[in-house]
Amino acid sequence: MLGIDQKNILKRIRGRVLLNNVLKGLFFASTTIGLIFLALLLYRILTQGIGYLNSGFITSFPAPYPEEAGIFAGLIGSLLMIAIVAPVAIILGVGTAIFLEEYAYKNRWTKFIQINIQNLAGVPSIVYGLLGLTFFVYMLRLGYTLLAGGLTMSLLVLPVIVVAAQEAIRSVPSDIKEASYGMGASKWQTIRRVILPAALPGILTGTILALSRAIGETAPLIIVGAATALYTLPDSLLSKYTVMPIQIFNWTGRPQEEWQFVAAAGILVLLIVLLFMNAIAVFIRNKFQKRY
Amino acid sequence: MNTLMKQKKVDNKTSVKTDKKEIKHTKSEAAMDKNVFEVNNLNLWYGNDQALYEINMNVPQNKVTAIIGPSGCGKSTYLKTLNRMVEMVPIVKTSGSIKYNGEDIFSDKHSVEGLRTKVGMVFQKPNPFPKSIYDNIAYGPRIHGVKKKAVLDQIVEKSLRDAAIWDEVKDRLNENAFGLSGGQQQRICIARALAIEPDVILMDEPTSALDPISTLKVEELVQELKKKYSIIIVTHNMQQAARISDKTAFFLNGELIEFAETDKLFSNPSDKRTEDYISGRFG
Repeated sequence: MLGIDQKNILKRIRGRVLLNNVLKGLFFASTTIGLIFLALLLYRILTQGIGYLNSGFITSFPAPYPEEAGIFAGLIGSLLMIAIVAPVAIILGVGTAIFLEEYAYKNRWTKFIQINIQNLAGVPSIVYGLLGLTFFVYMLRLGYTLLAGGLTMSLLVLPVIVVAAQEAIRSVPSDIKEASYGMGASKWQTIRRVILPAALPGILTGTILALSRAIGETAPLIIVGAATALYTLPDSLLSKYTVMPIQIFNWTGRPQEEWQFVAAAGILVLLIVLLFMNAIAVFIRNKFQKRY
Repeated sequence: MNTLMKQKKVDNKTSVKTDKKEIKHTKSEAAMDKNVFEVNNLNLWYGNDQALYEINMNVPQNKVTAIIGPSGCGKSTYLKTLNRMVEMVPIVKTSGSIKYNGEDIFSDKHSVEGLRTKVGMVFQKPNPFPKSIYDNIAYGPRIHGVKKKAVLDQIVEKSLRDAAIWDEVKDRLNENAFGLSGGQQQRICIARALAIEPDVILMDEPTSALDPISTLKVEELVQELKKKYSIIIVTHNMQQAARISDKTAFFLNGELIEFAETDKLFSNPSDKRTEDYISGRFG
């Protein structure tokens, strides 16, 4: 007889319920382990760094003594860096995403490009550093400048922004696009008036998360020559610069224990900036989210 | 003197024109009223699958033309071919010709945007933009370059009145169109299509997602609209076709089986397959 044997099902049901419970425990444990390490990290940094975190620390330049050292140059450097990376990466990234999703023919070439962009998002950041060194620093003769660093970072976050923007554009329901085309709107009109407004929350969230990554990156900037200790602020795109992670990296490398506390304070400032940026992302997502 | 001359010239011209028109009219009278669409030997493929076979069909002006047939018979595909929306699917190929007011719609001379401005569309599922009611209606005029607020206000009110929904929404034009019921949303979509003053309105099963009362309202609206527009409506519902249309086309497996006056098609179909379908033997 075909069909379901009720007796057998009852026998096996206990095993299935047990498996469910075991797996539930396993997943809970995974979450907990992650949270524990995060809590440990925050606790250590807070207890070590809080003593050094004051207005002097934020407004001071590097100094030979831990008590006088500050992260001002790095903080401003990081913000300037974002000011370069954001426009460059957003324009190139969103433009690429629009082209791939709305204009390009869906053929083997676009598929190939697609896969490569996704691969680029996973390339180690130090490789981008080497690319930036060869291309921006030497070939374009930009030298070890803020501009070279910013452009290198733009390349680093570009694939992430492209992928995020593509996802956001793809998630715009096709029926409202059809409504627009059905009234004789051109492709660009439809993109500007229907697709981009609907995709904006997704694009902005992805972009800010990508920028958060850029603000925490160290390796590529070491390669393209960010300064470790800087006693002036950059006054043009072609000035020397430093960023927070570089300063922190530098402090952690020093033998005296007090420098570790200074580094912890630096990490705290970095985390605060990151939290602030993520808060903006969440705010934008909630404020502009459209329901369909 | 000068103006008089001009006046005369104009008179001459118009008289010549009317003469021509009359001649044309008498010529076409034998063939019946004016057609908005003349479709000849239309074939359509999705990739390698043929969806439409040798369609020949003239769609009359200022009439309601219904297209019926079972699911997958090609009726929606056919409808979307008329404003070239079917080309949104990149693998579509067509052969044959479609003339809109005598001009080939596939010709490079005419842009697809221009065609869709004249041939509007209402979709199966209500698809308002996630914008205010006002912005929904003003969308079409705006993309075609209307910027003045006063003009837009007029267009919005007129379109909403023509779509018989003005009284229901006039106090909340700035609210999101998503807050309306499905039936209201569909009439907003009809108003949105009217706002660009098309000649033809294509309707792709516009009431299939609506409740009976909303359906009735849309049907009454269609009767009202045919005074000004030519309407082509795809419907699953044979009673609906019988109620609202002047002519009906029956599609089956990508072929146009029969196209006749609605009364004749339903009371005295000339093809056995049409008879089987409308008497509910399949589909």
